[in-house]
Amino acid sequence: MSGAALLVLADGRFPAGGHAHSGGAEEAVKAGRITDAASLEAFCRGRLHTAGLVAAALAAAAAAAPTPSNSDAAADAPDALPRRCGWPPRRLGRQLMRAARATWPDAELDSLAREFPKGAHQPVVLGLTARAAGLGAADAAYCAAYESVSGSASAVVRLLSLDPFEATAVLARVAPEVDRVVDRAVVAGLRVPGEGAGVLPSASAPLLEIGAEAHAGWGVRLFAS
Amino acid sequence: MHLDHSPHGPSAVSADARRADGARRALRVGLGGPVGSGKTATVAALCRALRDEFSLAVVTNDIYTREDAEFLLREAVLPPERITAVETGACPHTAIRDDISANLEAVEDLEDEVGPLDLVLVESGGDNLTATFSKGLVDAQIFVIDVAGGDDIPRKGGPGVTTADLLVVNKTDLAPYVGSDLARMAADAKAQRAELPVVFQSLRSEDGVREVAVWVREQLAAWTA
Repeated sequence: MSGAALLVLADGRFPAGGHAHSGGAEEAVKAGRITDAASLEAFCRGRLHTAGLVAAALAAAAAAAPTPSNSDAAADAPDALPRRCGWPPRRLGRQLMRAARATWPDAELDSLAREFPKGAHQPVVLGLTARAAGLGAADAAYCAAYESVSGSASAVVRLLSLDPFEATAVLARVAPEVDRVVDRAVVAGLRVPGEGAGVLPSASAPLLEIGAEAHAGWGVRLFAS
Repeated sequence: MHLDHSPHGPSAVSADARRADGARRALRVGLGGPVGSGKTATVAALCRALRDEFSLAVVTNDIYTREDAEFLLREAVLPPERITAVETGACPHTAIRDDISANLEAVEDLEDEVGPLDLVLVESGGDNLTATFSKGLVDAQIFVIDVAGGDDIPRKGGPGVTTADLLVVNKTDLAPYVGSDLARMAADAKAQRAELPVVFQSLRSEDGVREVAVWVREQLAAWTA
């Protein structure tokens, strides 16, 4: 475990393509569901306990025991990772893969890139990246759970001109729940090697998915998702 | 950086001069500059001037629409499969400098799908005077300003004006109407850029892009030498 490596991977400036994505926040802002810090907080909480939990569990599983093909297939199961949940998972997985291989050169990452040249699921790549960085399952889960809310919060700063201090305070208020989600995710992720991917949580967020489909059809938008 | 030397390995990580199959990749030239200075018009003119000599493709970075890509498609400067739009999450300079993953992916996809290519033009979304391309994304960059944006821009400098491999001062035909002093702009640019080249152009005139096209040919000759 290396605390500093975790900071490198979790840094919002880690160049893995996330800056162009709002995690469904752009659609929610347009629909009037996010209008201020309080509604951003509610949105983040919903995202954390659905998309965030699933992603964190997948990341923890991949970090604990990399069977990339199995994890990636698990992520594709319709009840496992909601298809969009506000992020296009394979595209972001491919972008993370590039950044990860340049940052922590690693044979397992190379082999995953060879198997999925157009991108594996982002949480699976994240789990292997954590391994390559000398990090553990909980670290991978933390990165996944935190980025499930931090990306949306920074997008809303741009979308609503929300006070950036308020947006950061939202993340601080959600942080204890991030801890709890990570605990659940790690417990599930560590059971995968013995019991299979069926033990992974499959929380879904239908409104996020519907919103993502609608957003993908917009002619004018600031964020890619 | 060469992390993988196998002939059918994962795609290159960043600015590798060779693709995964060992072939030399296309030269990448970035075009940046303020909104409305004529970047897209310059790209269109370059495509018309060079498309019979070289295999070309274009990546656009629209800020919130696909308008630049659609302009190029409408003008039919290249077949549609050679033009790709990248979405930039409200932050065009991030996508060309701080987190270049989506642009690298677009460039590599073009090479995979329509290649082999000689030249990829990467057009930035209209941004400010500090926006420059990462060397991990492009091999050379052109900064496009125009006389109507104020003849004090070369004097003000900034990374784009000062460091771009080529500075283009566009719309010289408008100078008399907006009271811009071309001699002063040239002197200021010389003071900021020392020996780096500057081209004054008007795309209204016959073969207006000729000097920039000559410069691009020189870059290509050096790249393939």
